[in-house]
Amino acid sequence: VSKFQPLSAYQKSLVDGYQLLPFRFTALDGREYVLTNQAGEFIVMERSTLEALVRHRLPATNQFYDDLKSKHFIIDHDSSVAMDLLPLKVRTKLGRLADFTGLHLFVVSLRCEHSCPYCQVSRQSDNKLAFDMSVETAEKALALVFRSPSRGIKIEFQGGEPLLNFSLIRYIVERAEAWNLAERRDLQFVIATNLAVITDEILEFSRDHDILISTSLDGPADLHNANRPRPGNDSYERAIAGISRVRDAVGRDRVSALMTTTKLSLGRVREIIDEYVLQGFRSIFLRPMSPYGFAVKTKWFKAYDVDEWLEFYFAGLNYILELNRSGYSFTEFYAATILAKMLTPFEPGFVDLRSPAGIGIAAIVYNYAGDVYASDESRMLAEMGDKTFRIGNVHRDRYEDIMTSDALLGPIEESFAASVPMCSDCAFEPFCGADPVFHHATQGDVVGRKPISAFCTRNMAIFRRLITLMRDDDDVRRIFVRWANSRC
Amino acid sequence: MGELTMLMLSTRGLESRNLSGSSARMVMRVSEQHDRPKGLRAREAFLITDSNLPEGFGLYMAFAKDATALGGLPSQAKTMILPDELSYLADGDVLRLWTKNNEVRVLYRRNSFHNHFLLTERCNHYCLMCSQPPKNIDDGWIADDVLAAIPLIDPSAQEIGFTGGEPTLLGDDFFRILRTMKSYLPRTAVHILSNGRLFSSPEFAKRYADIRHFDAMIGIPVYSDVSTIHDYVVQSDGAFDETIRGILNLKHYGQKIEIRVVVHRQTYARLPQLAEFLARNLTFVDQIAFMGLEITGFTRANLESLWIDPVDYQQELYRAVSFLADSRMNVSIYNHQLCVLDERLWPFARKSISDWKNEYMPECLGCREKENCGGFFTSAKIRYSDHIRPFSFE
Repeated sequence: VSKFQPLSAYQKSLVDGYQLLPFRFTALDGREYVLTNQAGEFIVMERSTLEALVRHRLPATNQFYDDLKSKHFIIDHDSSVAMDLLPLKVRTKLGRLADFTGLHLFVVSLRCEHSCPYCQVSRQSDNKLAFDMSVETAEKALALVFRSPSRGIKIEFQGGEPLLNFSLIRYIVERAEAWNLAERRDLQFVIATNLAVITDEILEFSRDHDILISTSLDGPADLHNANRPRPGNDSYERAIAGISRVRDAVGRDRVSALMTTTKLSLGRVREIIDEYVLQGFRSIFLRPMSPYGFAVKTKWFKAYDVDEWLEFYFAGLNYILELNRSGYSFTEFYAATILAKMLTPFEPGFVDLRSPAGIGIAAIVYNYAGDVYASDESRMLAEMGDKTFRIGNVHRDRYEDIMTSDALLGPIEESFAASVPMCSDCAFEPFCGADPVFHHATQGDVVGRKPISAFCTRNMAIFRRLITLMRDDDDVRRIFVRWANSRC
Repeated sequence: MGELTMLMLSTRGLESRNLSGSSARMVMRVSEQHDRPKGLRAREAFLITDSNLPEGFGLYMAFAKDATALGGLPSQAKTMILPDELSYLADGDVLRLWTKNNEVRVLYRRNSFHNHFLLTERCNHYCLMCSQPPKNIDDGWIADDVLAAIPLIDPSAQEIGFTGGEPTLLGDDFFRILRTMKSYLPRTAVHILSNGRLFSSPEFAKRYADIRHFDAMIGIPVYSDVSTIHDYVVQSDGAFDETIRGILNLKHYGQKIEIRVVVHRQTYARLPQLAEFLARNLTFVDQIAFMGLEITGFTRANLESLWIDPVDYQQELYRAVSFLADSRMNVSIYNHQLCVLDERLWPFARKSISDWKNEYMPECLGCREKENCGGFFTSAKIRYSDHIRPFSFE
């Protein structure tokens, strides 16, 4: 008799069956289902296996049994450590909530020398100084910034074109740094600029204060200039020259770019991505247009629907995967954000795709005249006359009143995806987020009806596509794992 | 080259004199210094290399070729003639002598980076591939020897390892040894091989953390993401849960942890799933090592159920290692030869086999990668991959 016991000796307790741990499931495609747990882990299987699983008829010898147990979808009498690990994972996913507001946007001027028909912030023309933030307002806003308990504080200068009020940017940066000598936060600055009016003085200041530059690049010259008119029709040329000047003066990785999809972009996604590769970027954020500002007035927002955008997005994603397969690392930002939720224990903390919504508690906006808004989109809506998400004013309100205002807490609570009709049952809820401002803007309700929500349609399609791509191709899976971890 | 010889750490002295009156065991530091301060000599063993004999050492040792020099010592001097296998002995090494039967064990070699103390042969696992089969005996005396040896170790030693058996079974003595390490060797890193089960008690984990050693790492085996398979490999029901809880408790107290995975026929198939489990649940561990099988101890008895040619698990190993590396975890491969490793895994391969049992095979003759290769355990001559081949110089 051997002194060693066979494997079967350690499987005796399995005959007593298993219990289900909390999970949700949904059809992935015509053939398979995806199951997800609260920690964002997922398993793909055929419907017959799923049926056996939920009816407690899945034998321990089934090829999925060990996977389901390892990922904490089921628990059996052999091991109870899932009850220690699963809560730990859920807690890790929610850990960022405790950080509270990290991103602070200062709209230092609503003026802009561009006249983009898709402008979502409703810019004002170049000469109206009434749309600049004052020193007094900035000072009051800074006092609120440092009331946030977040260890990391990112101050982002927005517009309009914020460089048109550079003297105030300089003031805020220097004041924040002085303030931070005592506060000792992890303090960062970002300027969101079209780069058309950047000067050597601004570049030197950015270098000396380690400021990140975020710019707009919509694609090749003809597309970019058609989307982004300015006097001289040279937006593209100025952006490209500006990117190069920032890299020279501040650092190669100190400039990033964002694109916005317009009707003119459809069908040209490869050219757009090629432009990003040509300009030395290693990632792109393929962004749909948002329903705010001039984009609504000019009907550019309605110029394509969510299905047309998805076709554009998936074509782009395929092309980016081709680049990666050929050995050139290049990331699509939105996919990477979702993949971080799917493939890592962490929550990437992207303010536009999290639940509870990031409004106010992850990002907050100090508008030029001193009003405080719950998000960038909230102040865009305000320029259209809807001040639903105005949560206070830097001159009149205390921090406590702003952060506990009904205008903020109501939408956060009502839109919390885990308790929203349809979202609470949705297998993709762990990957998704709540966007009360979008649903208010499009449906007049912070929750909204999901079957007619472009937010829901768009994200569900992306979740399904990402999971399907990984299921079908190990190389894609490995690329996705890298993307996911680039976002943590 | 080609001939397999293992460095002997334990052997018998050929002949001794005047040892009968000594205590049963002596732990002594080896000295080759003629001008060693007189106050230290009585506790040290002098290694004779010429006819110049300083007086006052507690023991004089010589190899057979130098044995005549012993005749020049006073008649009451304690002496021992050593076998030539111990010719590597040098100043600063530490020995244990059993005076009754002349048994000599080298506890510490100053010139080696691979110094380990076996703390006990007792274990609460009975692993299929155990290289040091456990014995259910009272070997508490080992701890006393280790406690005696630690103060004799060169304070500039980089790292000391503690193995077993299961070191934590020593209980109070386990903590006493670690505190002694911290007191006498405050700059020496400590690496402990433990199955982690006792740390499933938060109090036990806290006692360990309370030592506050500046650089102590515990290497803990996790052989599968599935409890039944892990418990089978370690032949102990409930081991998986206790080990995982132990890891969680240790990390709760901020302790450094290495996860060790021995790859063999019972573990290779789920390496990718294990990697995902580790990245997802034990993200916080400091490093992860995938280890090749050492053909010794119980592995020989279970060889047919354990052996798999490393060439045949490269796909699983690659998936596991690349997933962990892509997940930004610190992952290594130990005990594998480069010629059987997928080239994409070479950057993760470490030369990890302790020098005293590290060898190369006849097939390795003329290989240009030998310097970079981990080579074999001496015991690998019993079974090794069919795919060992030299990389030729082009």
